[in-house]
Amino acid sequence: MKENWDLIIGLEIHVQLTTASKIFSATSNSFGANPNCQANIVDLGFPGTLPVINEEAIKKAITFGIAVNANIANESIFARKNYFYPDLPKGYQISQYEAPIVANGRLRIHPAEEDSAIIIERAHLEEDAGKSIHFTHQNYTGIDLNRAGTPLLEIVTAPSIKTSKDAIRFLKRLRELVTHLEICDGNMQEGSFRCDANVSVRKSGTTKLGTRAEIKNLNSFKFIESAIEFERARQIALLESGENIIQETRLYDEKTQETRSMRVKENEFDYRYFPDPDLLPVVIDERIVESIRASLPELPDEKRSRYSKVLNMSAEDINLLLNSPSTSKYFEETLSVGLKEPKSSFNWITGELFRLLRKEEIDIADSKVSATELGLLVLAMEEGSLPKSKGKEILNNMWETGTSAKILIEKQISESSLSISDLEGWLVEVLTENRKQVEEFQSGKEKILGFLVGQVMKKSKGRGDPKLINDELLKKLRAQN
Amino acid sequence: MDDSFPKEILKISDGLKKKKFSSVEITKEYLGRIKAYDREINSFITICEESAIESALEADNRIAKGTAGTLAGIPYANKDLFCTKDILTTCGSRMLSNFFPPYDAEIISRAKENSLVMLGKTNMDEFAMGSSNETSYFGAVKNPWDLGKVPGGSSGGSAAAVVANLTPLATGTDTGGSIRQPSAFCGVSGLKPTYGRISRYGMIAFASSLDQAGIIGHSAADLAFFLNIIAGFDPKDSTCIEKPTEDYSRNLNYPLQGIKFGLPEEFLKNGLNSDIQQIFVTATSLVEKLGGEIVDINLPHSSLSIPAYYVIAPAECSSNLARYDGIRFGHRAPNTSSIEELYEKTRSEGFGAEVKRRVLIGTYALSSGYYDEYYTKAQKVRRLIKNDFSEAYKSVDFILSPTTPTTAFPLNEKTDDPTLMYLQDIFTIPASLAGLPALSIPAGLDKGLPVGLQIIGNYFQEARMLGVADKIQQVTDWHKLTPKSNLEKKS
Repeated sequence: MKENWDLIIGLEIHVQLTTASKIFSATSNSFGANPNCQANIVDLGFPGTLPVINEEAIKKAITFGIAVNANIANESIFARKNYFYPDLPKGYQISQYEAPIVANGRLRIHPAEEDSAIIIERAHLEEDAGKSIHFTHQNYTGIDLNRAGTPLLEIVTAPSIKTSKDAIRFLKRLRELVTHLEICDGNMQEGSFRCDANVSVRKSGTTKLGTRAEIKNLNSFKFIESAIEFERARQIALLESGENIIQETRLYDEKTQETRSMRVKENEFDYRYFPDPDLLPVVIDERIVESIRASLPELPDEKRSRYSKVLNMSAEDINLLLNSPSTSKYFEETLSVGLKEPKSSFNWITGELFRLLRKEEIDIADSKVSATELGLLVLAMEEGSLPKSKGKEILNNMWETGTSAKILIEKQISESSLSISDLEGWLVEVLTENRKQVEEFQSGKEKILGFLVGQVMKKSKGRGDPKLINDELLKKLRAQN
Repeated sequence: MDDSFPKEILKISDGLKKKKFSSVEITKEYLGRIKAYDREINSFITICEESAIESALEADNRIAKGTAGTLAGIPYANKDLFCTKDILTTCGSRMLSNFFPPYDAEIISRAKENSLVMLGKTNMDEFAMGSSNETSYFGAVKNPWDLGKVPGGSSGGSAAAVVANLTPLATGTDTGGSIRQPSAFCGVSGLKPTYGRISRYGMIAFASSLDQAGIIGHSAADLAFFLNIIAGFDPKDSTCIEKPTEDYSRNLNYPLQGIKFGLPEEFLKNGLNSDIQQIFVTATSLVEKLGGEIVDINLPHSSLSIPAYYVIAPAECSSNLARYDGIRFGHRAPNTSSIEELYEKTRSEGFGAEVKRRVLIGTYALSSGYYDEYYTKAQKVRRLIKNDFSEAYKSVDFILSPTTPTTAFPLNEKTDDPTLMYLQDIFTIPASLAGLPALSIPAGLDKGLPVGLQIIGNYFQEARMLGVADKIQQVTDWHKLTPKSNLEKKS
């Protein structure tokens, strides 16, 4: 009989912090420069050079700690992790071992369910290594040290995630959090958000953790899920055939969708951690923590509950908006022109605007049509002055030509309007059908004219130019008098 | 040498300002002496003839314009572990025998701003690891007092160059005694300031928590004037202390009345050569005569300082020296076929025996399972030693001791016995572990070889320490003794 096995997953996420400069040097921290053009003598580990901690990195780590309700260390220590690798310039990586800056936080997998919270055991600051570039040169390996010294926050969860789906949900929530906190751009392709997974299985009902495999090289949610599933099946198969699991580091191969052994525990490095004598302990004043707490942006979960309660939006729609902070920011800006129906703006953003953005591979933050402009367009449709059928055409026109919504809407109205002779019948009908309002007008209550214009617009299904109708009605009413 | 040029910094400075001689002239004089005498002493690894004359010309221009500071135009030498832009910086190692740094160490920049003239880079124990200057890839330095003896180390080149009058001033570094011990062996004055008083930026690391830049010169007064230039906060070094600097010459000729000097019982009990003991007693009586009060004190944990030091320093060095892997700079072994082979060959060829020994000791001390037993314990001892000193400074102003247990020993005598060599630093290591400022000044000769008197001060007491040393030098000639006749005989 087959036994039941429980899967246990712990995650280690490397979050690249969006600081202007590197963690221990003044070199720029941007992505994509020519190899080795963004590394100074400190990054290259030249003799006699010394690290100086970037305060911005400390602040971003504290921001994260506060957002996950963690303890922020009063005194945090940088340690050296010693190992030889050609893309590790100093022969050690400056990281944290004892006294990490953030410890014991939590983040829920399901926003509304307290018991879905995963414990974040620690989050520590460290410098990234450079990159070894294999296979592009024939007889040697290329070394690009641009990435050396890039600030990372390594976030480590407790081994308490039970399914690959939950692992992905957690990672999506984490990615959403760090991007909304604006401490990381969340870009998985460029490696700004990287994940290693520790996977083990144990017989259902038992509590002792099984021997784990650490899976590296996971740079998309799809791969993470597939790697965990592969690993689960591999481990169960081994155990069921009476074999043992070896503690090892395994590499995920995206082509075969399998994991393969990279190094076994006996060959793991002894990192010989010790406090870095070049850096003093970082003392974090309670006042700094409080000032960061006070200036914390609205967290995704706070946004989520506001969108749900105030705007009455569905969870699915909200997730789409929270996918990136720039999308939710854009969305909220469209509402600020006075839209009554958030859903219509949502539809325009996630429909036609997303299509245009995708087509030209533009981020919404750099959209050619600003949020206010899109808001005005949606408003015109909401108020009925622009037929909904015209929205797409006008939005595309705005996108292509950069013309403002106001100009295009006015142009549309005047061009598409019916002539006086087309309207004549409806004008007469409205005046006949609304005797009472006509009388009110004649008795001096001229504001009622707007109502009558609206009635004609309705009959013309919005195809009349409201200004023209207004003028014609006025002419007729004056003539009657 | 011909005595047409004065040796004291203030007198050289005065001569330059009054146009009695130019910086170019005095620079040429020193370069000439280096050429004449250093073939034997081997105190320089690199002589910067061209650039020295260039900077001397610039200094003369500044002096003429009246925009020069006190030390403008004064020649000096740098220990070869301070990075000098576009000038070979070897750290006494084959590993860096081809290394031309694209930057200046902070103290080099400060000296340049003040128009000092760098004569060259002085020889040293490889990566500052040694007490005899015999571990240098560029050959041992010889003690100008007796060319069969060692000059001490690791700043042996600097100390030998000063006493042989090949330079009026030289920089050094002191991790466990590397300024004080060679100063004692060569009969010159050497200062290791408080840890963090001088920037370590651009100073090639041996043991970061102990390494401290300092100065070797003919007198305490000369040290004070040079310290004025190189001391001070540097944001590029996180361990550099943000504390305003002071005029370190302001306490020169300090009155000793009422000043309390502690003699640590533990230093004087055993292992001390009786002649050195005698010279030390003479020095302390002098201090007493000058009004100082001599008090017996205890530093109960000082016997643990050598074992603690030889865990902490190698541990840090094993990590600091990991960057010499043949990838980005320095020596790279040719014809290797894998990265492991490249590392192995490069490091086997590039490092000498003493460096390898310490890298191995340090790697062992930090490895998992041994870390607590060695590194953590050593750090605890370090704390105890620090506490011993703070306790002592409640009752005394300064601590006096011999700088070394012996005078300069013969070349090759201790090279095969590292533990015997490590005992050389028995009196200097405690202050290093505590990060305290300490000074060695000449206190006379024992059988023709200099003996050093060590003055250890409390944190940031450099000005008073130099004042006390200067007071002693005002009334004695110990610092003026030179191995002149010996050298001239040889040349």
